[in-house]
Amino acid sequence: MSKTIAEINEKIRKGQVVVVTAEEIIDIVEEKGLKKAAEEVDVVTTGTFGPMCSSGAFLNIGHSRPRIKLGGGKVYLNRVPAYAGLAAVDIYIGATALPDGDPRNSEHPGEFRYGGGHVIQDLVAGKDVELTAEAYGTDCYPRRRLETLINIRDINEAVLFNPRNAYQNYNVAVNLSDGTIYTYMGVLKPRLGNANYSSAGQLSPLLNDPLYRTIGIGTRIFLGGGIGYVAWHGTQHNPSVPRTERGVPKSGAGTLAVIGDLKTMDPSWLVGVSMTGYGVSLMVGIGVPIPILDEEVCRSVSVRDEEIWAPVVDYSDSYPNFKPEVLEEVNYAQLRSGKITVRGKEVPTGSLSSYAKAREIAGILKEWISKGKFLLTQPVASIPGAESGYTFRPLKERKP
Amino acid sequence: MPSKKLVLRFPAHLVDRPIIYRLVKDYDLTFNILKAQISPQEEGLLVFELSGEPRALESGISYLKGLGVHIQAFGEDVYRDEGRCTHCGVCVVMCPTGALSLDKETMLVSFDSSKCIACEACIGSCPPKAMQIRF
Repeated sequence: MSKTIAEINEKIRKGQVVVVTAEEIIDIVEEKGLKKAAEEVDVVTTGTFGPMCSSGAFLNIGHSRPRIKLGGGKVYLNRVPAYAGLAAVDIYIGATALPDGDPRNSEHPGEFRYGGGHVIQDLVAGKDVELTAEAYGTDCYPRRRLETLINIRDINEAVLFNPRNAYQNYNVAVNLSDGTIYTYMGVLKPRLGNANYSSAGQLSPLLNDPLYRTIGIGTRIFLGGGIGYVAWHGTQHNPSVPRTERGVPKSGAGTLAVIGDLKTMDPSWLVGVSMTGYGVSLMVGIGVPIPILDEEVCRSVSVRDEEIWAPVVDYSDSYPNFKPEVLEEVNYAQLRSGKITVRGKEVPTGSLSSYAKAREIAGILKEWISKGKFLLTQPVASIPGAESGYTFRPLKERKP
Repeated sequence: MPSKKLVLRFPAHLVDRPIIYRLVKDYDLTFNILKAQISPQEEGLLVFELSGEPRALESGISYLKGLGVHIQAFGEDVYRDEGRCTHCGVCVVMCPTGALSLDKETMLVSFDSSKCIACEACIGSCPPKAMQIRF
């Protein structure tokens, strides 16, 4: 028996929909079997909450009197530079941007206390943000300087647009060297002192739809506490990696580009973070509903942590030098147990993404759908799949 | 033997005096230094565990207070800004004493300040800067 998204939406409207989270479906399938579970459950909700550097927001701040053309000039939000290569008052603030005067890693490891991710969180929190700008002045946009407070409530648009989020699986980072290293995967202690991972595993959106059967362009999602959409496949989308028998990728694979109205979002789900020695970023909360169209979709969402494998990679050498070496393959049940074995050594594990928050997001989305506040969408196009040949390419460096 | 973990702050004018020596000699106390940060002509910081007979401990501490050393109980120093903690758990592997731990059921991180030795390993490793220290 199969269902359509239209039928599921009809049930949502009537308050008859059966929604469970990606954790709850595991036991349901175990107890009732795939066939019965697929018949009874209409939607499974997923969630993830972790640092996602490829994130940022477009702002249209409104025109000043006299007018100023920020395009081609310089713009700062709380001293953090924003991108101004657009029309007069459109800017983009990226999550990893740092103030010009930030000491960065001049005293290693740098602290990176405030940057683009924090500006975005402050904006969403409704705080006033100081905008300073320099422009060159034109006949139609004569003004050359601007210093003002802006607030998300007053500006025309604030749109979160993240080119790469929700990684389908990820590396487990370790350090084989004799010194501590400071990475985007956190502080890694020498000689396999710790192993850091970053995925919600069995709760993670793309790990529950490994072959992108239901998640596509136009899929409505939970984004940063508000409503968003899948805009495209994310940058570095790499569906052509080795997979398990059930199609679950064994390393970082698919990614999503997502978009949504920042004005509807919440600062608890968009958190500016500082990675010592690395830089700033933004923790983003994403939840994707998966319509249980048939048994095959139901089988995919019943995936467990022990069936999802991730590569352990040395971030002191293999990663920085872009070498493909994998030390071990471990699964998320092992990672979440608190320790894994690498080269015969027991190594404690730490997580960069919050499983507790991923679970909370899946719960919120479940509630929205149960209460009829959130309808599912039919994707308008698919994202490149495992058989597409679409892949991730290294830079081909050439002399200019 | 009773012991107390303390954070001492020495004003600049006390930094070059043999204060800890007096605690040992005159008050018969033993100590175990957990952390020390002293630079000449500046404020000094000492985190240590002081042990001895209860009465001796008390008089040793009043001796320190009498000199103008600022004393703070130690767990109070490192704290968690609950609003900023995302419970990712990346601090747990950095914590040498188990003061930070992850509940396998709820997947929430808890902080037991009585186990904290103020090594500050969590502070640099916390992405949202929820772990903080008072100075």
